[in-house]
Amino acid sequence: MGRYFLRRLLLAIPTVLGVTVLIFVAMRVIPGDPLRTIIGEGQIYVLSDEELAAVKASLGYDKPLVVQYLVWMKDVGSGNLGYSFWQKDKSIADLVRRRGPITLQISLMALLLAWAIGLPAGIISAIKRNTIADYSIRGFVTLLMAIPNFWLGLAMILFTIIFFRWRPPIELTYLWDSPWKNLQMTIGPAIVMGFSFGAIIARMVRSSMLEILRDDYVRTARAKGLNNKTVIFRHALRNALLPTITISGLYLGATLGGSVAVERAFSVPGLGLSLIYAVQARDWTVIQSLVLLFAVAYVIINLVVDYIYAFIDPRIRYE
Amino acid sequence: MVNENNNFENVGDGDSPAGRSSNLVGATASSIFRFLQSSPIGAVAVILLIFIVFVGLFPGLLAPYDPNKLFYSELKTPPSSEHWAGTDFLARDSLSRIFYGARITLMVAVTSVFIGDLLGFTWGVASGYLGRRFDLISQRLLDMFIAFPTIILALLILAALGAGLVTVIAAIALIRIPGTARVMRSVALSVKEAQYVEAASALGASPIRIMFRHVAPQCFAPLLVVASAGLGSAIFTEAALSFLGMGVPPPTPTWGNMLGGVLNELFQPPWWLVIYPGVAITITVLAFNLFGDALRDYLDPRLRGRLEERT
Repeated sequence: MGRYFLRRLLLAIPTVLGVTVLIFVAMRVIPGDPLRTIIGEGQIYVLSDEELAAVKASLGYDKPLVVQYLVWMKDVGSGNLGYSFWQKDKSIADLVRRRGPITLQISLMALLLAWAIGLPAGIISAIKRNTIADYSIRGFVTLLMAIPNFWLGLAMILFTIIFFRWRPPIELTYLWDSPWKNLQMTIGPAIVMGFSFGAIIARMVRSSMLEILRDDYVRTARAKGLNNKTVIFRHALRNALLPTITISGLYLGATLGGSVAVERAFSVPGLGLSLIYAVQARDWTVIQSLVLLFAVAYVIINLVVDYIYAFIDPRIRYE
Repeated sequence: MVNENNNFENVGDGDSPAGRSSNLVGATASSIFRFLQSSPIGAVAVILLIFIVFVGLFPGLLAPYDPNKLFYSELKTPPSSEHWAGTDFLARDSLSRIFYGARITLMVAVTSVFIGDLLGFTWGVASGYLGRRFDLISQRLLDMFIAFPTIILALLILAALGAGLVTVIAAIALIRIPGTARVMRSVALSVKEAQYVEAASALGASPIRIMFRHVAPQCFAPLLVVASAGLGSAIFTEAALSFLGMGVPPPTPTWGNMLGGVLNELFQPPWWLVIYPGVAITITVLAFNLFGDALRDYLDPRLRGRLEERT
């Protein structure tokens, strides 16, 4: 088992390296000259050719690409994410420390909510197959899967403004500082993402439950006279949860970064919002660091899910 | 193309001969008919889609006004008999913009899914069939792309290339490649084991010929399923990107950037500007999803598990 863990860990290293190369290529190679793009389009700064050369030299841009890449890797490796390109006094590490907890909190709340809704809905739908309960759950799930989550967020804000004259607060407050204020800010995005993902979980649980309920060992369990509850919860559900855990991991990784649109809809001061502002302002140092952070978080979560999976599913061979 | 459906019903069993030739028109018509008969919900989705595609192709026939015409005296007016969906913050007719928005939405979704899935298909089939070192390298490369949450990858590409119609299509196409390649690889792996592939090889057919003539056609039905399911998510991605201001830029109307326009007035948002574009997205994605589900059940129910794990 230890060897399996090590092997998976080693496989993740080239992936992370590849990710850094991809980001590097996107930010500095593809557009030919990102600085010219930034300066050519920005009405904020217009630099002359000499100034441009000076800026480039100060950033190490006059060096060969390989050297630039290695310098970046050295900085990242030592935890130095650099500073915002436009506001030289804003440290990116600081930004991540301030806003990261909010994004993480929202993702975890959403995941919790999704399980709380999706699991019972999926189970009911599967064991009461082709009843009104099943049809209404499936209908609701199908509808939810077609609603963009950021729009659900906009609609929610609209609803509370019109009917309660209240809008979720947008200033940054942590759970440990002021739980009540923090929850007012985070609950909206968590509900929106929780429902979207709850629909996927319900669908997943239903289809894997239905498949498993047809399996031989379930029939055996029934044949030896176990009551229905035991068969469903001890035998069927435990196996049906395996794929659900996998997609939960994928989802957690995706929402860490994919909540950008929801964070924008609610104007929640999380990392997603920082990223979109950075993209709009072409603040490429912030973009490259945040994208790297999201990708690395995603890789780590996938790794953890693999481990959990191997731990709870004895059928997985540790090769 | 649809003619080949007849062969594809038993993908995985792998014992059907490739390239059965029959009356093309008759076979197409009868398989469409059987599809519609097999799923009433799928039939409803098809009718809805025909309507949406019609709107996308000829928005001018239905839209009451030019989408960029300004009605100076009617800034942000609620729905009325002249403007059924109200006017926006630049005093343009909202309903007309929704109709014209269908055009961009469909164009982006269809083109990007076509390009992305075609590349993913080719790559996945080659990787699964050729195996060995090519497969190993391909899988590691795909790992790299899969390591990004999709919206983040799209934002990275758009940050590098700039927002615009072509770059949005390129970005959405690119983020589709890894998922499609993964599914197609697994399909190709199972098709590869079929006896007729072995037979072709025994007859002396070259690997490349076997791949194109015998393996690839068998992977086509799963591709159709993947692509039809992908249209809905492509619409989502396009809407999210436009909403974030990184999609097709204004004044060209898209449902996403119409919603993005609301962000500036979140303290007093006009409800009609929030509700209608979102409803348009939802109905369209719903129709695509229902159609995709029905198509999957019709072509290959066994694909179900494989596809759901990706979402």
